[in-house]
Amino acid sequence: MVNPMQIPSTGLAAGVEGAVLKADVRDLDFYYGAFHALKRVSMPIHDHMVTALIGPSGCGKSTLLRCFNRMHDLYPGNKYAGGGIVFYPDNTNLLAPDVDPIEVRMRISMVFQKPNPFPKSIYENVAYSLRVRGMRNKNELDDRVESALKGAALWNEVSNRLKELGANLSGGQQQRLCIARALASDPEIILFDEPTSALDPIATASIEELIIELKEKVTILIVTHNMQQAARISDYTAYMYLGEMVEFGVTDQIFIKPQKKATEDYITGRFG
Amino acid sequence: MMKAADLDAIRAIITRAKRWDLIFSVLGILSLMLGILTFVVLFIDMAIQGVPRLSYDFFTSFPSRRAENAGILSAWVGTILVMLVTALSAVPLGVAAGVYLEEYAPKNWMTDIIEINISNLAGIPSIVYGLLALGLFVYYFGFGQSILTAGLTLALLILPVIIVATREAIRAIPQSIHEGSYACGATTWQTVSDHILPYSSAGILTGVIIGMARAIGETAPIITIGALTFIAFLPTPPFAGDPPAGMFDWIFAPFTVMPIQMFNWTSRPEAAFTLNAAAAGFVLVFMTLAMNGLAIYLRYQLRKNIKW
Ligand SMILES: Nc1ncnc2c1ncn2[C@@H]1O[C@H](COP(=O)(O)OP(=O)(O)OP(=O)(O)O)[C@@H](O)[C@H]1O
Ligand SMILES: [Mg+2]
Repeated sequence: MVNPMQIPSTGLAAGVEGAVLKADVRDLDFYYGAFHALKRVSMPIHDHMVTALIGPSGCGKSTLLRCFNRMHDLYPGNKYAGGGIVFYPDNTNLLAPDVDPIEVRMRISMVFQKPNPFPKSIYENVAYSLRVRGMRNKNELDDRVESALKGAALWNEVSNRLKELGANLSGGQQQRLCIARALASDPEIILFDEPTSALDPIATASIEELIIELKEKVTILIVTHNMQQAARISDYTAYMYLGEMVEFGVTDQIFIKPQKKATEDYITGRFG
Repeated sequence: MMKAADLDAIRAIITRAKRWDLIFSVLGILSLMLGILTFVVLFIDMAIQGVPRLSYDFFTSFPSRRAENAGILSAWVGTILVMLVTALSAVPLGVAAGVYLEEYAPKNWMTDIIEINISNLAGIPSIVYGLLALGLFVYYFGFGQSILTAGLTLALLILPVIIVATREAIRAIPQSIHEGSYACGATTWQTVSDHILPYSSAGILTGVIIGMARAIGETAPIITIGALTFIAFLPTPPFAGDPPAGMFDWIFAPFTVMPIQMFNWTSRPEAAFTLNAAAAGFVLVFMTLAMNGLAIYLRYQLRKNIKW
């Protein structure tokens, strides 16, 4: 894997005023076995901003997202084949072979498409990301669990039933529980893979609101199928097609005045 | 709008098609009955012969030349001790091997070959394990014809069952839970100990019980390693006797087990011994059922709090 300093910058960092780079995907190639799933993908991720990944099904959005927390390392045959993801401020390549995936996952957490609470209590679900970091002090755990649940707008609903199973909550509550779990460890980036696709419109609205609030604390990268959702909650939008990055830009520009014909066709629903 | 004639035709087709449902259910019930009834008849026959023999003395007496004085004390104690050794050695080994294969082992041709062979091991006749144990445990390691040898032999026998059950129980855990743990920054060991083992314990337990239920009735390998058929003493309990026995001296004691006791009695010409064998068989079936009952209870307790 290439030293980050040798990966040329994408030069896409400009945009919203005062934006600071948090991560930079540079010429990233990724393979599932022989299948070339990401082709020289480049895009910047700005600190404390929401960046949305859109594109038709199968274009590689989840694949790109799962590079950020090295989820692909869990399965044999997956290969990061070139380029990398430079992480700031420490300027390391997240995909370098000498970077421990566990360290990456401690700094970048993830919320999945389908809520996946552990079959443990609400409390233990949130506390888990703290326990893997060696936190044992009861008071400290209590405090951190409470503030994570508050951060995920779930505290009021569950404060008196922390010992109940996470799976007993409604779908939207379960997803907020998973957000609390992702938030508890104070990550630098939270990855969301279509976090609302399994939820009803009301639960979806509350998660969207939450994501907008969360960017005070954390940088957000979100995959969504719902273009209105991308327009509502993101500051930047990236449009992918067949494993390639077609266009990246400030969300308003992408939706009002895309540079590429392909992006315009997708956004206006003429294709996809 | 559908014409009435068409509707009649459709109904006729449905009726004809449904005839097969009827035929199959009848066949299914018959097959089920055949299996269950055979067992019930055998069991009742055994109970009628054996139950009158059951008494307090039957459980507390050693075997004897006179059928009416003979009991199963050494046999049931032997069975329980052998099962204890079997469980204590097979469960950790089998679970560890299953977890390793599912969570740690690289997926390559080596592990493929190991996988195929584990399933094959489960099909090897048990007497072959007896021969292996005779060479390995009795002579090479010098464990003698002891409870330890028998326990380890049966452990080898049921190891594949436990490994396969462990792997299946682990695979039943949704991928999303697995990924959720890693995404929190857990190591493989943290994932295994905090999630994989607790969530798969009910399934593993089922496999353990199936294995133990097989082991408890095994006779051939135990005879091969040379269990005694007539034994009129118990292993010395820890710290008892003079000089006091060590904590684990009992594992080197000679022993007999329930199926061997039964086998011994059935080979006697006197009818009274056949009744003893039936009574011992009844106790053995009861022991197996009790184990299964315990498994069902524990499985319920373990599954109660697991919901994906
Ligand atoms: N484990 C895998 N092995 C092989 N190919 C895969 C694997 N996962 C995904 N792919 C392929 O990689 C491509 C990108 O998949 P990906 O899941 O990233 O798409 P996506 O943009 O997230 O789609 P969706 O919107 O449907 O979730 C697809 O063609 C898919 O078939
Ligand atoms: Mg996807």
